[in-house]
This record gives sequence, C-alpha cells and structure tokens, in this order.
Amino acid sequence: MALSPARARKRRRLGVVIIAAAILGIAVALVLFALRDTVVFFFGPSEVISRLDDPKLRLQERRFRMGGLVEEGSVRRLEDGKTTEFRITDGPGAFTVRYTGLLPDLFREGQGVVAEGRLDDKGRFIADEVLAKHDENYMPKEVADALKKTGHWQGESEAKP
Amino acid sequence: MTAEIGHLALALALALAILGALLPQLGAARRDPALIAAAVPLTIGQFVLVLIAFLALTWAYVVSDFSLAVVASNSHTEKPMLYKLSGVWGNHEGSLLLWALILTFFAALVALLGRNLPARFRARVLAVESMIAVGFLLFLLLTSNPFERLSPPAVEGMGLNPLLQDPGLAFHPPFLYLGYVGFSVAFAFAIAALQEGRVDAAWARWVRPWTLVAWVFLTIGIALGSWWAYYELGWGGFWFWDPVENASFMPWLVGTALLHSAIVVEKRDSLKSWTVLLAIIAFSFSLLGTFLVRSGVLTSVHAFATDPARGVFILGFLALVVGGSLTLYAMRAETLTAGGLFEPISREGALVLNNVVLATAAATVLLGTLYPLLLDVFTGAKGTVGPPYFHAVFIPLMTPLFVALGLAPFLNWKRADLKTALSRLWIAAVTALIAVTVVAYLTWGGPVLALLGVAVGAWMIGAALTDLASRLRQGGRWMRLPRAQWGMSAAHIGVGVLVLGITGATAWNRESLEVMRVGDSLSVGPYTVRLENVAPVAGPNYTAVRGVMVVSEKGRAVMTLYPESRTYATPPMTTTEAAIRPTAVGDIYAVIGEETKGGWAVRLYLKPLQYWIWIGAGLMALGGVLSLSDRRYRIGAPARRKGAAHAA
Repeated sequence: MALSPARARKRRRLGVVIIAAAILGIAVALVLFALRDTVVFFFGPSEVISRLDDPKLRLQERRFRMGGLVEEGSVRRLEDGKTTEFRITDGPGAFTVRYTGLLPDLFREGQGVVAEGRLDDKGRFIADEVLAKHDENYMPKEVADALKKTGHWQGESEAKP
Repeated sequence: MTAEIGHLALALALALAILGALLPQLGAARRDPALIAAAVPLTIGQFVLVLIAFLALTWAYVVSDFSLAVVASNSHTEKPMLYKLSGVWGNHEGSLLLWALILTFFAALVALLGRNLPARFRARVLAVESMIAVGFLLFLLLTSNPFERLSPPAVEGMGLNPLLQDPGLAFHPPFLYLGYVGFSVAFAFAIAALQEGRVDAAWARWVRPWTLVAWVFLTIGIALGSWWAYYELGWGGFWFWDPVENASFMPWLVGTALLHSAIVVEKRDSLKSWTVLLAIIAFSFSLLGTFLVRSGVLTSVHAFATDPARGVFILGFLALVVGGSLTLYAMRAETLTAGGLFEPISREGALVLNNVVLATAAATVLLGTLYPLLLDVFTGAKGTVGPPYFHAVFIPLMTPLFVALGLAPFLNWKRADLKTALSRLWIAAVTALIAVTVVAYLTWGGPVLALLGVAVGAWMIGAALTDLASRLRQGGRWMRLPRAQWGMSAAHIGVGVLVLGITGATAWNRESLEVMRVGDSLSVGPYTVRLENVAPVAGPNYTAVRGVMVVSEKGRAVMTLYPESRTYATPPMTTTEAAIRPTAVGDIYAVIGEETKGGWAVRLYLKPLQYWIWIGAGLMALGGVLSLSDRRYRIGAPARRKGAAHAA
C-alpha cells in the first residue's frame, strides 16, 4: 500500500465512481423494468370502445384507467348494497363500470371521475379504485382532455369570483 | 387599508431584496467593507417588511375582509378561528407569502447568528438568500398578489375546502415550507463557498445544523401530511406516491444524504465538492417541489391550486437558479481540494453508499413523477405511474442501505475491518432472525416480502441499540455521551420502527366492507364490530351522521368507535371522518358511508403496526433535534468553542 497520495486519491476516486456507477446501473435497470410493467394508461370511454380489439394495446389483458363524466341517471346500486354500477361518458361513448366499495365523497352524477381496473369477460369494466377529485371546481386533467378531444368540453368553471 | 400596507410592504421588500442581492456581492468583489456590511440590515429589513405583509393578510382573514379576492374565495365568517388562520396559507397566494416569510426569516437568522462568520462570506450567503427572495417576491407581486381587491366586495366568503379544515393539515404546509426553505441556507452556503473557493470543517459545522433544522421540519411536515391523508381521506392509506407527496419526498431524500455527507466533510475533510453539489441539489428539489405543486403541471389527487400560467414563471426561475448554480459548480468545483483519504470499507465508505443510494432513490422518484408528463409530451398517451413502480424500485434500492445503516456506526473512519464489525453485531443479526421466524410463524402464508421488511427493520433497531449499549459501556455514565450520538441512535432506531410499521400496515392489512343495519355485526381480524346506533349530530359549520360501533374481542367489549360522515354547507361537500383507535395489534379504522338499502355502508380496516409509522417518523425527528442540541453543533458554535473550552 505504498502509493503516493495522488495515486491513492485517484484509486479511491475510481473505486467510488465504480460503486456509484454500479448502483446507478442497477437502478436504471430496475426503473426500466418497473416502468414497462407498471404504467397504467388512461383512456376515455369512446377510445376504449374504438380500440377494444386493437392487437397492439391488448386492452382485455391490462389494467387501465378510464375517465369521463358520470352519466346522469346511470348510477344504480346492486342487490348486495355495496356494489355500484354506473356509466362513464365522454359524449359519443359511454362504458359501464362496476365498483364494490365506498365511493369517494365527491362522486356524483355529472361529475368528473376516474376509475382504475380491468375488463371482465362480459366486457364490463370492473374498477377496484374510483377517484373523484377533491375540489369540485377541479376537473381531472385527463378527463378534461378526453372531453375536449370529443368536443364535449363545456369550459372551465372559473374558480375565481 | 391594511391590505394596501401589506401590498406596499411587499413591494418595498422586493426593492430591498434587489439591493441585497447586488450590493453585498459587489462589496465582496471589491472588498468594500461598507457594501459588505450593508448585507445585514438589508436582510433584516426584508424580513420585517414581509412579516408586515403577512400580518396584514392574516388580519384580513381574522376580520373576514371579503374585499380581498383570496379571503373571499377561501374563507367564511362562520369558520372556526383556527381555520381562518390556517386559511391564510391554505391557498396559492397565501402559501407563497408564507414561503417568502420563512425564506426571509431564515436569512435574517443567518444575519443575526452569523456574527462569527467571515464578513465577506456572510455577505455572499445573504446575497444569495436575497436573490432567491427577489424571485419569490416578484412571483408574488406579478402573478399571485394576495392583496388583490374585489370590486364590489363579496358579501360572504366561499369557504375553505372542508378537507383542509383539519388540525393536521393546518400545520402541514408551514412545517413543509420550513423544511423546503431551510435547505436554501445550505444552498446559499454552498454558493458562497464556491465563490470563495473554500470548503472546510468550519463550513461543514455551519451547514450541518441548518441542514438538520430543515430536515427535522421536513420530516415532521411529511409525516403530518401522511397522517392527514391517513385519517381524513378515509381510504386507510398513508402514502400514495402522489406527485405532491413525491415533491416533498425528493428534497427529503437528498437532504438526508446531505446531512450525512456534511459529517464526512466535518470529521474527515473529504467529499467536499460532492457535499456542495448535494446542497445545490437539495434546494433545487425544494424549488422543483414548489413548481410541481404550484403550477398544476401534473395531475394529482392533491391539486388544490392549479394555474399553468404561473408555472412558466417558476420554471424560468427554477432554470435560472439550478442552471446558474450548476454552472458555477462546474466552473469552481475544482478549487475545492480533497482532503482525507479512505478505503472503501470504512465509515466514509458507508456514508458514500448512503449518499449514492439516497441520491439514486431521489432520481428514481423524479423519473416516476415526471414520466406521465414525458409520456404525454412525446407520445400523446396518458398514463400514470403508481405504487407498483415505486415498490419495484424502492425495495431493492433501500434494502442494502438499511443493512449498511446498521453496520456503519461499527466501522472505523478511514479504514475498517468488516469482520470485526460484524462480530460485534451478532446480537442484532440473531434478533432479526428470531423476529423473522416468529413473524413467519404468526403470518404463515402472508406476503414473503414482508419478512424482508421485518428482517431489515429488526436488524436496524438491534444494531442501533447494540451501538448505543457499547458506547455507554465505554463512556461510563449516559450523561457523558454526546447528544449527537443519542440523536443518531434515535434516528436510526426510528428508521427501523418506520420500516416495520410500513411493512405491517401494507402487508397484513385486513379490510371488510358491508352494508350494516343497526344491530348488525362485522368482524375484522380478531375483532367483532357491532353497529349500535346511527344518529345525526351538528358541528360548528357542518351537520353529520355519526355511527356508534362497539368493538369486542372474544366477546368482551374493548372500545367504542364514532365514525362520522359530515356534510358542509360552504362549500357544499361531504367528508368522511374515520374513527381510528390503536390497539396492541395495530389501528382499527372505521368509516361510515351513505345510507343504502335500509342500512349504512361501513368499511372496517385492521392495520397492524400502523402507528409505528408515526412513532418511527417521530423518533427520526427527535434524533435530529437531539443532534441539534449537541453543544458542538449548536448554530454559531464554531467560533465560541475557544471560550467554551475555557469555561469547561
């Protein structure tokens, strides 16, 4: 270990750099691997209907989010009392969603909502998570975009007086 | 009239901040003592003026002055006083004013407590603080003026979002901001050090307490936010990897790294330029967090304030601060000569591991947070990155860090022997093994990953206690042990307790959902819950339905829960107030929903070890406070040490 201080410093630096690079490399691999499987895509109901058989997307097999407005008059509670069925609409398309559990406080007909889950074999969307945003002036960004896309956007309800 | 005084004070503060950013730098460059000395009064002046503005706004809330736009849209005459006050920062404009207040407050503290700093250095630090203040004050005055008048004034306010009317959330933003802004001090010290081309042990002794202060506040702030989400949102979750949460978690991760690398600078005169870089990154993440939350660029369940137009300003400011400081770093980092050498297996080596892992973790959180945005920009697809991503990345990244956390205090500085260290840790290893065996037996068939959590959690607690015990044996009386040692032990035990809590609450969570009529029973884990009664109650500004539920274990009643579903009038909104009670096993969590089919929808959770999360976070914060109270690290201690040595 009779290295000159400068050489020793370089060696130490090299060691630190190698360790750091190794950890970073592992992290990058982890991130890429995790991102491939865990990104949950978002669609409006009409997009879901039109791309139902898209072989690239494989909607039947993956978990995704669907958002839009809760269709007026579509909310009904099933016999067990804890499952709710409702339709999410973005204008041209509407899709039936089933959710078992307590709906969020802001869930209401005509309100923006995002449901996350999968399609079942009968073509229904079984949600295990329903998000209605906290602020009622606030429309989930994806929902607003989906509504704009289908031309059913009614303008932002301005929060400011 | 008070509003105009506040507005004027803000404008004057901006003028002082501009002067404060320029004059001391000019003085430092020209070695002009008069200009250098101007830094202190300019800094204190800014604080006084921003304080006046803040008090003026607070007064407008107290007297419900609805001629002010922010008061009209966020307050209401019927609101309890606590929430009138917390309403001051419960919105975009007010929270930025709070940011500016804390920023100038910290700068004033540096000015007052920094008498023992070299005058030129202090002037440069204060100039950097003033520069940041210029950015925030400009932002306030140009895009988010809290003193904007309504004409005609509103008759009644629109009220504060009922979810925000909660003691946990009333104090969450101030703590979070004290943390965010606290890192600005470390940042200013880093910039000044780059300008002066000097980083030494004295510098680290200055940066460490400030970083600790910021870190303690940020820890408490994040814990309060998590606690609020846990009991107020009624989903039983405590962390959602929501962009807003991530925004506060990233500076925390980097701040934790900074805290540890500053130790190496102080004790070993090594890792200097890395520490300076970390100080820059920590504050950059604080700014980024503010940007993410305040611009509404990302969808989020927390998005209370969304206005993309303002985002452009913060983004520009962010680019200026981060770009500028990193450029300066690139130009000047070479001047910081490295000091002490060390082998990879050493205390320094372990702290480097800590730094690399924490910095990498912060980077992965950043990527996960920004990924939906990138996806949208580049492919037009909308998507979210949720807990599965963060779990997949965090568990493998953090496990080696947690193992090293137990080991590090047993490693010597400079060069250490792994075998010796490990041989002193056999008790901790056996403890972890026993814990895993017992838990595996008790939860047979449960998630295997949970056992990993139990192993590292028990390992960290066991190792920290072993370390403390051996130092007590060496040091004789416990009073003799430095407070910093107690601080480290408490914080490290806290991490272990936190990991166990997170493991328990996520892995063994039990949940049942049923429509219950009065008299019905529902069981969760070992407990049976009977709905005794449901009755309406009236609160100060809401009406509620309150359920009365008797919890029994093996036929014996152990407690009564009172979950509520509240309906507020202004703004019209329903919130669920979960009833949460800790038991020996964990928390029992009950939520009552709407009336349906002649009964009430009721959700029950049993969350094992849930409250260990809060205990763990509390221990970590306590550890920070203990370290701060160490005589050696007290703010301003370096120069007084000579005098103290005589006294002792």
